[in-house]
Amino acid sequence: MVKTKTISETDAPVARRPRSRLMRQRVRSAWLFLTPMLLVLAAVAGWPLIRTVYFSFTDASLSDLDARQWVGFANYFSMLSLPSGRRIYDGLLVDPVWWRAVWNTALFTAASVTCETILGMIVALVLNAEFRGRGIVRAAILIPWAIPTIVSAKMWQWMLNDQFGIINVVLLNLGLISSKIAWTASADTAMVAVLIVDIWKTTPFMTLLILAALQMLPREIIEVAKLDGASPWQVFWWVTLPLIRPAVMVAVIFRALDALRIFDLIYVLTPNNVHTKSMSVFARENLFEFDKFAYGSAASTLLFLILALLTISYIRVARISLDGGR
Amino acid sequence: MKLLHAFLAFAVGALMTVAPARAVDLSIVSGDTGNGIKVLREILDRYEKQSGNKVSIVQMPPSTTDQFGQYKLWLAAGNTDIDVYQTDVIWAPQLAAQLVDLTEATKDVVGAHFPSIIQSQTVNGKLVALPIFTDAPALYYRKDLLDKYGAKVPTTWKELADTAKLVMDKERAAGNKDIWGFVFQGNAYEGLSCDALEWVMSNGGGEIIEPDGTISINNPKAAAALDMVKGWIGTISPPGVLAYQEEESRGVWQTGNAVFMRNWPYAYALGNSENSPIKGKFDVAPLPAGTGEGARPVATLGGWNLAVSKYSKHQDAAIELVKFIASPEMQKYRTLRTSNLPTIQALYDDADIAKEQPIIPRWKEVFLNAAPRPSATVRVKYNEASSQFWTAVHKTLSGEGSAADNLADLEVTLTKLKGSTW
Repeated sequence: MVKTKTISETDAPVARRPRSRLMRQRVRSAWLFLTPMLLVLAAVAGWPLIRTVYFSFTDASLSDLDARQWVGFANYFSMLSLPSGRRIYDGLLVDPVWWRAVWNTALFTAASVTCETILGMIVALVLNAEFRGRGIVRAAILIPWAIPTIVSAKMWQWMLNDQFGIINVVLLNLGLISSKIAWTASADTAMVAVLIVDIWKTTPFMTLLILAALQMLPREIIEVAKLDGASPWQVFWWVTLPLIRPAVMVAVIFRALDALRIFDLIYVLTPNNVHTKSMSVFARENLFEFDKFAYGSAASTLLFLILALLTISYIRVARISLDGGR
Repeated sequence: MKLLHAFLAFAVGALMTVAPARAVDLSIVSGDTGNGIKVLREILDRYEKQSGNKVSIVQMPPSTTDQFGQYKLWLAAGNTDIDVYQTDVIWAPQLAAQLVDLTEATKDVVGAHFPSIIQSQTVNGKLVALPIFTDAPALYYRKDLLDKYGAKVPTTWKELADTAKLVMDKERAAGNKDIWGFVFQGNAYEGLSCDALEWVMSNGGGEIIEPDGTISINNPKAAAALDMVKGWIGTISPPGVLAYQEEESRGVWQTGNAVFMRNWPYAYALGNSENSPIKGKFDVAPLPAGTGEGARPVATLGGWNLAVSKYSKHQDAAIELVKFIASPEMQKYRTLRTSNLPTIQALYDDADIAKEQPIIPRWKEVFLNAAPRPSATVRVKYNEASSQFWTAVHKTLSGEGSAADNLADLEVTLTKLKGSTW
């Protein structure tokens, strides 16, 4: 590396041809290094994706995948005109269960990401301050994030259990509730229960990313703001927040993408509850439980499209660049 | 080096003890409630000793809905790792294409089983699974509490609700503040379909989908049955019952916090086990009936079977294993340990079983009158139909819309699912 640099920098006139050769060489080796990864990506992500999209245009059934036939857009939308003149619409785009799942997912994403960002910000600000034992607290706060989702979901399932769960016992003893709440069963609290667990689990992730951004901030700017008589709130709002905004935006999109494909937590906690059924749970149910592999593939395809669309528009609107800087 | 020698010596020793050259490794996948897996392991240990083959258990969650999704996926992928599947009674028509036909291999033993169970596992003349135990639910009741308040065992749902309320109120007044009247399986999953079929059918509300394929669920008697159950939630049943599967309801029951429970026979042996707080304090009765015309007690037919995967590399050994586990000796052993109902007719007259698990001989009658779910009629669409049914029931019980409205909606979705034919 050092050698190539000196050549290109010192000898400008002669460097013209060698540089382009060098560039070509660099591009070649870049491809060489990228190829294995691209191949693996194509195999584990590209191929399944293409297959799924393809299956969504067929009538494939899991019992006999080879007997599938091309049906066009029928899984997404189809219209049947009866002799009486009445029209029957069918397909994913007019399926109320699917739209319910979309709504649930959107609600879950909005609520969880908002709470996690605010809480993560608060915790990060606290951890950014100097105090004794900061290292241990920082490590400890990551524990919920490190526990596999299935394990934490099972753990919370017991804690939220209406009869034996510790949450109800604590709330009862504190006098906050008068009777035991059936957290995962009742329509009003099922989504709240899922949100509680998700926020508990993923706030550390937000904290970590925001904390990293906070640590990069030049201290002088904040010192200067303080010297100019800015209150702590003003410092945060007018100095700290604008400076860490790009990092927060990236963290938010990571979390949002993760939340939009939420599956495991809901699957363990409230599997078949219509109030918490997410798009991924809907897709799985149709793919493997019902005899509707093609319909489930269509749902997966739509889920993919929704994710892609949201990501692109978010990046546009928030004007963030994922390779750092703005 | 020493380690290598030790390893070689061990390997040679191991080879010498497992003499038969044809010894194979088999895998059986099962999700079971209570101590089912433990007992299966004990049975497999005996099989290993007798055959020289090794069998490992792949353990799954107890929810039948969860198991099915995974098995379907494995079978579709032609998974060769699993040789034997423990299958629910309702799965045969949905998985038949990927299971080995056992008709020829088991013709010497099927005669000993109840013909109706063998029939339920026969698809297009092909026996796809051999039954290992059957299931018909019972009403578990606390003998001591009923005696204490002079109540008798209920025979109708109305009596059950009244008795539950009476005992629960008095017990709570006496300081037992965690007690509830009745627990069942109210989570949105296959178990709720079983429970709800009993409520509807015992009230004369039909079988959801009749054997001829007619969708009959949208009727006033079915709606009345669901309204009745809706009235239990929060009064005699904990609101959390809407998230209970078998094991959660048994959790409340076996800690002594319920007067009545609807559950499968496996809970009998566990309730009477050594450390159980309710040991000897309870008994079982057939489920209550509804009221009015056509009302009768109904028990949903459950049960588990063993099927051999078409993709197994050791099909012959696997079939041998299935026959071993389903044999009268092993069914007797299982019944003694778990109080699961045997599928071998003769075992209902067995003296040891009658002594150890007195529920069994009494349950022959209940089992013979048990109602199958419409899986044979609805075939590959059964899971979806059942899911629509339990969703409608769960919505009604959690107070979203009236029973009549939800059942009217259900009729529409079921009709759409049916299309021209099931």
